[in-house]
Amino acid sequence: MTMMIEAQGLTKSYGAVKALSGLDLCVPQGSILALLGPNGAGKTTAVRILTTRANPDSGSARVAGFDVHHQGPQVRRNIGVTAQDVTVDGLLTGRQNLVMAAQLSGIGRREAAERASELLSRFNLVEAGGRVVKGYSGGMRRRLDLAASLVAAPPVLFLDEPTTGLDPTSRAEVWDVIRELTSQGVTVLLTTQYLDEADQLAEQVVVVDHGRAIAEGSPDELKRSIGGARLEATLSRPFPLDTVASALASYVSGPVRATHEGRRISAPVTTRTGLATAIVRALDEAGISVDDVEVRQPSLDDVFFALTGRPAEETQEVAAA
Amino acid sequence: MTDVDYVYESPTSGSVPSGSAVATSDGRDGARTTTQGASRVSSASPSGTVGIVLSHLRDVWVITRRSLVHIMREPMQLSDVTVQPVLFTVLFVYIFGSGMVIPGGGSYTNFAIAGLLTMNLVTSSMGTGVGLATDLATGMVERFRTLPMWRASVLVGRTISDLLSAAVCATIVALTGLVVGWRPEHGILSVLAGFGVALLFSYALTWPTACLGLIAKAPESAMSIGFVVIFPLAFVSNSLVPTNHMPSWLQTVADWNPVSAVTSSVRDLFGNPNPVPLHQGWPVNHPLEAAVVWSLALIAVSAPLAAYLFRRRTTD
Repeated sequence: MTMMIEAQGLTKSYGAVKALSGLDLCVPQGSILALLGPNGAGKTTAVRILTTRANPDSGSARVAGFDVHHQGPQVRRNIGVTAQDVTVDGLLTGRQNLVMAAQLSGIGRREAAERASELLSRFNLVEAGGRVVKGYSGGMRRRLDLAASLVAAPPVLFLDEPTTGLDPTSRAEVWDVIRELTSQGVTVLLTTQYLDEADQLAEQVVVVDHGRAIAEGSPDELKRSIGGARLEATLSRPFPLDTVASALASYVSGPVRATHEGRRISAPVTTRTGLATAIVRALDEAGISVDDVEVRQPSLDDVFFALTGRPAEETQEVAAA
Repeated sequence: MTDVDYVYESPTSGSVPSGSAVATSDGRDGARTTTQGASRVSSASPSGTVGIVLSHLRDVWVITRRSLVHIMREPMQLSDVTVQPVLFTVLFVYIFGSGMVIPGGGSYTNFAIAGLLTMNLVTSSMGTGVGLATDLATGMVERFRTLPMWRASVLVGRTISDLLSAAVCATIVALTGLVVGWRPEHGILSVLAGFGVALLFSYALTWPTACLGLIAKAPESAMSIGFVVIFPLAFVSNSLVPTNHMPSWLQTVADWNPVSAVTSSVRDLFGNPNPVPLHQGWPVNHPLEAAVVWSLALIAVSAPLAAYLFRRRTTD
């Protein structure tokens, strides 16, 4: 299978901060790989290196078959990039932005205008196309930014948190576009903080923490590895975590965590019929009253906790009995 | 994008197998190529020196046009080349001119216009640094960095659009000058050559200010560092007063200041009074040569420096 993105042992430090400490990646042509991790995990650094905006301290990477360090111009001719911060020109119109990006990609004037029209209609920006970008909403800017990274129909696309800050509708639209592109053979590397985004889009997920891959596999494999569903409950008032944990002992499959001064608890559970009823009853018998209870699919937080034993935020925890 | 025809072409190197279509060992991939098409890997680059030069020129033009659109959208950006020249010219001619005697005779107005031209162009050259610092701050350069464009076109395009606004500035100084009584004594070609020398110098100065913009953390700091450098450069010169009455050490500084050489040569080309300073020296005796040498030297040193700083600033 043709590998469109390959990286071996990428390391990168910014001063004393180690952004990447040995990242390997492999993305076959036409597939989507998601780099999943919290802020500061090294996702953006990886994208910067692969898009020739940063040089690794060690390690090597090839994109579309070209070395990112030594063949920068060839790499840039084959990639589209949507950076985390929107990079469109606020003083130009939407159309002018697209035409400019196309022309700077070496596309002739007439074809650039055609590409711009095509992308404006595809991203629902036809009406806005003639207006100056300064007046666009956040969602419109993001869509324009994504459109700008597609002007040259690049075979490899890098999307650094493409849906951060988007409303659910725009988010779904972006997802559709990404799916359509890969169906045409485009290779996509996207970074995200959301497990559901990785789940929706990616064939392969690499979970990064402290600049290293700590897990990888298909979304299903990952979810299985962290034990699937989670119990989230809000208690009427704070209870000692030990009491809560022992009441739940026969239902949970891992440690019970408590936040909000012991009022919100969460724990991994194995789904089965009547689970929520049983849990509420067990808590009630232990004298713990419950305001809200939910059994939900895992989030990045859960993936993290399962993989690192360390929550993304500060929480209390106690091992289940 | 559905109508875009993606055809896979194998790149010439790397782990992607050589050969034409997606003929991978994996039959599924091959099938995908024929049914839906795969993305195109391009290894094409402009071929030959002429091709490369043309594509570089086109990138420069695209960036220049972008800056011009910016100016049209926010015409207040142009105040330093439209309002300021009128203001300075009128103020200096009427205030300084009222009490100034030019050694060797001649009117202050005729003496001052070449100096005002140079001074206005020198101060407006800061726009390049501020503009670049703004581009860096807004993230626009991030987009440019991922495009297969000539990297330096970001710099060259900006300096060219600033040269065009400098030409507007020069025109306004000349028109204001004519209104307040300035009269060049030489022919039109010589006068145009005078503007040419002044514009060449102002173009040359955009490169050091570009370097400042690339070093500065924010557009505001580019502006303030710039003024600290630009104002002494503009004023410690023969632009607005003859250097004869300056303290001796200051006169030496002023005589060697490139701004003085530019102003002197413009005065000579305009045929306007150009008092000879007390001190003598190469730049004083050969102002035109000095102005051209200063300009070319500034470009030769600071353009490569700016290219280096740009790469350093935009690559981690």
